Amino acid sequence: MPFGQLFVEGLAIGACYGLFATAVVIIYKTSEVVNFAQGEMAMFSTFVAFHILNFYGYPFWMAFLITMLFSIAMGVLIEFLFLRPAKHPTILGMIVITLGAEMFLMGLASWKWGAEQQFFALPINPSVTYEPIKGMIINNWSIAVLSVSSLIMLILFVFFKYTRLGTAMRATQQNKNAAKIMGIRTERVFSFAWGFSSLIGAIAGMFFASRATLDPAFMMEPFLRAFAAAVLGGLMSIPGVIIGGGLMGLIENYFGYIWPEWKPIVAFIVIVLVLCIKPSGLFAKHYVKKV
Amino acid sequence: MLKVNNIETWYDLIRALHGISFEVKQGDIVALLGANGAGKTTTLKTIMRLLYDSKEEQPEKGTIEFLGERIDRKNTDEIVRMGISYVPEGREVFPELSVMENIMMGAYTRRDRKGINDDVERIFTYFPILKKRHDQEAGHLSGGEQQMLAIGRALMSRPRLLMLDEPSLGLSPLLTKEIFTIISNINREEGVTILVVEQNVNMALKYSNFAFLMENGRIVRADKPEALREDEDVKEFYLGIAKEVSVKGYKRYRRKVRFR
Repeated sequence: MPFGQLFVEGLAIGACYGLFATAVVIIYKTSEVVNFAQGEMAMFSTFVAFHILNFYGYPFWMAFLITMLFSIAMGVLIEFLFLRPAKHPTILGMIVITLGAEMFLMGLASWKWGAEQQFFALPINPSVTYEPIKGMIINNWSIAVLSVSSLIMLILFVFFKYTRLGTAMRATQQNKNAAKIMGIRTERVFSFAWGFSSLIGAIAGMFFASRATLDPAFMMEPFLRAFAAAVLGGLMSIPGVIIGGGLMGLIENYFGYIWPEWKPIVAFIVIVLVLCIKPSGLFAKHYVKKV
Repeated sequence: MLKVNNIETWYDLIRALHGISFEVKQGDIVALLGANGAGKTTTLKTIMRLLYDSKEEQPEKGTIEFLGERIDRKNTDEIVRMGISYVPEGREVFPELSVMENIMMGAYTRRDRKGINDDVERIFTYFPILKKRHDQEAGHLSGGEQQMLAIGRALMSRPRLLMLDEPSLGLSPLLTKEIFTIISNINREEGVTILVVEQNVNMALKYSNFAFLMENGRIVRADKPEALREDEDVKEFYLGIAKEVSVKGYKRYRRKVRFR
């Protein structure tokens, strides 16, 4: 068993799951909505990048920048159009709304770009490999994923811990009315959270697309895996999600090596086990209200 | 300073406030008293426009004026920026933020770093216990400490009017006294006008300059605390000084007087 090799690969894909899971977590952290449209939002943004690259022939950095702006706008817009008009929605109602948004985006993408598989490449060559330690071969894609996701995690950590807006986002999640009383514009906080998480999702989506292929359903499975990683990490804390994503990638890779036919199922077994043993997730802080 | 004029608030089909009017003058401590369900908290929530979520326009009728400007259709954050600060019932601190972060959230509407730092120091002199606990999560504080935190947090926005909803809720008599002493200190030293809702009528009458008595969504008495203290009905129903005894010598609990 190429232990080291599986470790590196698992960690890289795990970082990708973790990155995507943070997008889910940011929305959950501020509004307690599980956003099932996250995968399709990322898919749509990736398609936009694909469109700009292939039809307009812009250089990658430009396409990347436009896509980022687009994804922020899309996140804000989806929150504004789908979630805000809902008058006192229940959590279940919100989830159904996000499911609706998901189907809408999927239909739109299929209509615009068709359902066939497309090729999407990042400007990095995945066949360039290094072998820093014997038995651990790491390719360019993994290096890019690991560095980008650790950078974003670091930014997020600093943002939530030390900035005014980040603290306000946490405050809004913990007590929306109290946050209003502090003068926080909670609606703006939600818009911001959606834009931000859409952006992170788009980055993760590009990584996933360059690893596999691009079609309107390509984010389904990564979304579910990332969701499993988020649940594993407790859906709340950024460090929990990093560990959850890493664990997810490693479990999947080792499992997939031993029983390849079981590889796609591992994620769901993990969700079920975690929910059975520790329903709040492995790293969730269980808060007991004191009177 | 704050002028509430004939407001009506509805919870769906139930009218909770039946046309309330009162005025809070600059520099006063005004108490809003009454039994459970009298509509005191609803009044404060209507002023802060926190009932906006549950129904489109609240109050349905009437106006609320603050410093001569109508605020009954303004958003909560604008009202906060205008200088009203609200300490909700049951403290409502952010449980998973640290004490310091909670205090800083109180200063969310402000940008002047230096002024904020001075105010934090000032709040620590009012509530020294918070300084000792500044790194802890607010949810792990005791009830009294949470109440102090909630008041300190509300002061961080440098309000001109501070509205407190039952600061004595769940606190021991000693702690209640301490909190009230601090409240009157804040009023005296900073010139912050205070509107306080209380169940503890005795304590509230002791510290306030003016009091309104509410019952079933109406204001039934408005007077100086000294006068209210001497009022026979208030004495019996709110201060627990028993008066009415039947022929056989039993106390009658049925209320005979309705304030209308």
